[in-house]
Amino acid sequence: MELTKLTIAGLQEQLRAGSVTARQVAEAHFERIRQRDPEVHAYLTLSPERAFAQAEAVDRRVKAKELVPPLAGVPVAVKDVIVTRGTPTTAGSRILENYRPPYDATAVERLEQAGALILGKTNCDEFAMGSSTENSGYFPTRNPHDLERVPGGSSGGSAAAVADNLAVAALGSDTGGSIRQPAGFCGVVGLMGTYGRVSRYGLIAFASSLDHIGPFARTVRDAAAVLQAIAGRDPRDSTSADVPVPDYRAVLEKPVKGLKLGVPKEYFGAGLDAEVRTKVEKGIARFRELGCEVREVSLPHTDYAIATYYIIATAEASSNLARYDGVRYGRRAPGAETLEAMYQKTRGGGFGAEVKRRIMLGTYALSSGYYEAYYLKAQKVRTLLTQDFVKAFEQVDALVTPTSPTCAFKLGEKTADPLAMYLADIYTVTGDLAGVPGISIPCGKTKAGLPVGLQLFTHHFDEARLLQLAHAFEMSGGFTL
Amino acid sequence: MRAMKITRKDVEYVAALAHLELAPQEIERMQQQLDSILTYMDKLNELDTAKVEPMAQALAESRPEAVWREDATRAGLERPAALAAAPEAKEPFVKVPKVIEK
Repeated sequence: MELTKLTIAGLQEQLRAGSVTARQVAEAHFERIRQRDPEVHAYLTLSPERAFAQAEAVDRRVKAKELVPPLAGVPVAVKDVIVTRGTPTTAGSRILENYRPPYDATAVERLEQAGALILGKTNCDEFAMGSSTENSGYFPTRNPHDLERVPGGSSGGSAAAVADNLAVAALGSDTGGSIRQPAGFCGVVGLMGTYGRVSRYGLIAFASSLDHIGPFARTVRDAAAVLQAIAGRDPRDSTSADVPVPDYRAVLEKPVKGLKLGVPKEYFGAGLDAEVRTKVEKGIARFRELGCEVREVSLPHTDYAIATYYIIATAEASSNLARYDGVRYGRRAPGAETLEAMYQKTRGGGFGAEVKRRIMLGTYALSSGYYEAYYLKAQKVRTLLTQDFVKAFEQVDALVTPTSPTCAFKLGEKTADPLAMYLADIYTVTGDLAGVPGISIPCGKTKAGLPVGLQLFTHHFDEARLLQLAHAFEMSGGFTL
Repeated sequence: MRAMKITRKDVEYVAALAHLELAPQEIERMQQQLDSILTYMDKLNELDTAKVEPMAQALAESRPEAVWREDATRAGLERPAALAAAPEAKEPFVKVPKVIEK
């Protein structure tokens, strides 16, 4: 029995039967990390003390025949933009090197309450800004399917960890596609709930109106189990929604026959790789075989999404990242004689190139004389993009698209051209702007052996239907890796 | 050749607003890259948005009633925990280089 290949349900069964202990599960994962991570580079920090203390607590409860919580003994990796008390949290940035947060993010707290073992913190693009994990201030992460290629980003470490059995599940964050795109590139399930579904408390802010925390897993059922644990109102995040959380696992087996699926034609235009298109079209045909009604729909403003996104996200980022000034936490540049010089040197030296570029872009878009032309304009187009979704959901239950226009690209391929990198998010940013939930699920491999992701969207707070469709697709067979 | 959308002086001005020290070669590269990105963003001007309301966040769209919370106080971090991560601190303050000239 390979302990690193188990699903959550499989692991729970073994634990309850007493055929394995949480301690053994943790040991097996740290051993695999020791063997594989020198190649994959998924983790920035490991937290074995924390994981083993929790494993011990789980094993005690199992032995005492106490009620075992739903994620008991499940090894989870956490993206390094999500704070963990006492465990270094850098957001992939040198400016937060050695930062040990004094509190846990709500999502982390809830995972541990549900019995999960936090194995460590995963690599990401600095402050979640990027689509390849090459913008990490530490090192790039590699795609386990081809080590010469990127895992996607910005949650590349979490995606790679789950794909390579270095964790059973992981938390990531999605602002423009940072869960779904790397999930697609690495051949795992990546889920972003509705904006407000999961508390952002303890998520290091990039663009507050777009940021989400969500799970990675190897099956839809496992992703649903993690969402179940972390979803729901949190008084510490005023934007977390007071909307009841249904029992997601109970809806998974519901038949999908008769559900209406929309295929937005704008997601199949120029720029879509031919092999990715073929795979996704096969996936859509499968939904038809499952009894779904498939029809073409239009989201007419899709072509404006990247421009809208990169104005709004960078404007919010320029404001959110003002706090890294060498005063309350993180690094301070030595030798500055005045406060102003200290700010400038600390930030100029502590941030990487992409973060500086986005701060500059956002500051420019908000500056006097440009605010209306850029920021206000983008906010208006955001309304139009959201209306596209709302109108589509008057006709269909869900939308089905490719997750990304291409498969995983090679390291270094897009680093010289920021705009080319931005376009990797072309099919995912729309969901963040509209605030609707989205999921990327494996949809087979190309001839070169690279995973293809299929993306589904549903209406606000309809994660149940999203998971139901994704699960039916996965169970129908032939597409998982 | 078309004029750049953003001048070197603009870049220096915005860098000062953002408290970012940029090396001379960084300023040059930044000007080129911001110019190409801002040019791409011009495509938004193809859309007539005169009658469209701006959207600040998605929650207002999906759950307009869910945006507000009670205005109640709650405990924050204890001071030692809050100061522990500061690069320089002396209870009960963080220390910074001098602000006021002699």
